[in-house]
Amino acid sequence: MKAERIELTLKSGLKADVLKKGEGAPLVFLHGRLGRHWDAYLDELAKTHCVYAPLHPGSQDADELLLLDAVSDLVLYYDDVLRALNIEQPVMVGHCFGGMVAAEYAAYFPDRVRKLVLVGALGLWRDDVPVADIDSMNPDLIPATLVNDPRAAGVAQLFAMPADPAFIGDLMVARVSMTAAVNHFIWPIPDRDLRRRLYRVTAPTLLVWGRDDRFVPLVYATEFSTSLGNAKVGVVDNAGHFPHMEQTRETAAQTLAFLH
Amino acid sequence: MKFTWFHMQGYRDLPQDFEKRFESVWVNPPTDELCDPKKVAQYLNWNLDELDYAAQMGYDGVGTNEHHQNGYGFPTSPNQTGYYLAKSTKDQAIVILGNTLPLYNPPIRSAEELAFIDCLSGGRLVAGMPVGSPMDVAHCYGITPTQVRPRYYEAHDLIKQAWTREGPFHFNGKYTKLRHVNLWPKPLQKPHPPIWLAGGGSVETWDFAAQNDYLYSYLSFNGRAAAKPLMDGFWEVNDKAGRDSNPFRAGFAQIVFVGETDAEAEKLYLQHARYFYSKSLHVAKQFAMVPGYSTAKSMKHAIKRADAGGVNPFASITGIQNVSWKHLVDESKKVIGGSPATVIDQIKDLAADLRVGHVILLMQLGSMDHELTKYNTRLFAEKVLPHVRDIWEDQWQDHWWPKGARRPKLPASADRVAA
Repeated sequence: MKAERIELTLKSGLKADVLKKGEGAPLVFLHGRLGRHWDAYLDELAKTHCVYAPLHPGSQDADELLLLDAVSDLVLYYDDVLRALNIEQPVMVGHCFGGMVAAEYAAYFPDRVRKLVLVGALGLWRDDVPVADIDSMNPDLIPATLVNDPRAAGVAQLFAMPADPAFIGDLMVARVSMTAAVNHFIWPIPDRDLRRRLYRVTAPTLLVWGRDDRFVPLVYATEFSTSLGNAKVGVVDNAGHFPHMEQTRETAAQTLAFLH
Repeated sequence: MKFTWFHMQGYRDLPQDFEKRFESVWVNPPTDELCDPKKVAQYLNWNLDELDYAAQMGYDGVGTNEHHQNGYGFPTSPNQTGYYLAKSTKDQAIVILGNTLPLYNPPIRSAEELAFIDCLSGGRLVAGMPVGSPMDVAHCYGITPTQVRPRYYEAHDLIKQAWTREGPFHFNGKYTKLRHVNLWPKPLQKPHPPIWLAGGGSVETWDFAAQNDYLYSYLSFNGRAAAKPLMDGFWEVNDKAGRDSNPFRAGFAQIVFVGETDAEAEKLYLQHARYFYSKSLHVAKQFAMVPGYSTAKSMKHAIKRADAGGVNPFASITGIQNVSWKHLVDESKKVIGGSPATVIDQIKDLAADLRVGHVILLMQLGSMDHELTKYNTRLFAEKVLPHVRDIWEDQWQDHWWPKGARRPKLPASADRVAA
């Protein structure tokens, strides 16, 4: 079964685009800087949960970003989306930038999050172990920085180019627009003082990290864990920044074990 | 036609193997390894001497721009240079091209400093207002790429109001909030100094020029042939907006090398052109193309043109280390160079091809030393300027030139041209 696509206009006037699949307790998945991909990990979660995967706003219509100045605006945007869909007390799962937003949401609205899963999440900063500066990197080097094997089946779609050259331009514009809409909230250093709000999070939290994450190094799992209190770390071997796509079975197993 | 002698104020001694050892001339070339303050002390003195020399030689304008952490030019605060030139010259337009508006916080800083230069110079300021390159705004100064244009438009609005409205007034912008906008002084020129835009091919900048009746200058290092589709795009937008086709609406930056003969020009300048194209323009693509800096509309436009060079005028060119003079001058037409007669013909081509009334002359390039720069400057003034500076002048009025500027006298040694 394919995910159903829900398109909404929120009371703010902003649009929402949400993929939905599965039955069960609600689970919201927030994607990272490479965009939304309905993948095998979400299929696994959808076997026991009703999974909602919203698209990051402003990635298709950059004018929307004029109404979203800061992470706090984005938190309210997602709250609007959740309320519009009558989603109460969901599990929040966030990867990369989506992990930062999920953590922010759980700090702003601690009563509205049942459990929190952060996968390679951005949002914290250590000067001695900086988050990699992907935006200053030669683009040819980015895939091998983000994942262990860019040609592996689970992740190839992240970097692949369409066979028909006529579609390459559109895909490039879409990818660049997605990066721009994410960077809108975190340029040039992905630290917006999340650390000082983490004490507000009450949801039990799982931090899932690829052992070889070269974008947001593993030490950040410990950083989150220390600031959160009620949290545990699950390390996925043989994975970089996309453990849910590089080692789907292991990451899904850890996630589901935590949720049950 | 108006000719502005323009200084990029770059580093003249990058190492021979610079482009092999370092990924970019802009943003992250390590300062401690590459930028010797003792040498910079020498360059900065030369730069001002060269601009003063150009003024003595009768160029219509002298100018500079703003860049940061950039080996090909690091005039970090162009208003400092402008302030000096306002005092040291008498007739020339002071072309500040310009203040990168998103980087001034609050932007009335720019409004004040430019008003100062206008007053000091007796109304000779051209106020350039570029959006700024992705390297400067996003990477060196950390402005969020998606905010660059909104910040630019708001800063422009504030500056123009500060120059033209009765003060004090309040300004409630998104990025700047001020209770008391009350500029001391306002500019001497009324309603305000001519505003020039500087672009690299963004369609939004053409719209903005047409809407506001501003001059659009295309700052390219790639010459008239590569610029043709872009300038045509500008003129098309201008026509659609109902503006006349006055060539003084448009400016173009052009590298020019003059020798006594074509052969002498090649001998004197080829090595410096190679230095410039291989080292000064060695900008890493991840710095030149920053997601969010160009709108989807501009990206699609660039893809349609299949001309990445139009969007990124800084793209370094493979194999350029050994490029031939023939390629630069005749085939690609990146460079205007040769004997005075050759250069006169090429300038006339440029004026006609692109329909531009303002030429921003790039005559000190990269590694060129002080004496060679003066030689180039003098030959052009004596043997080229007299033959080209009346182009367009009898047909169109230049509304984009400062009111206090006067056409300077050419040196006594210059060619006499019958009126």
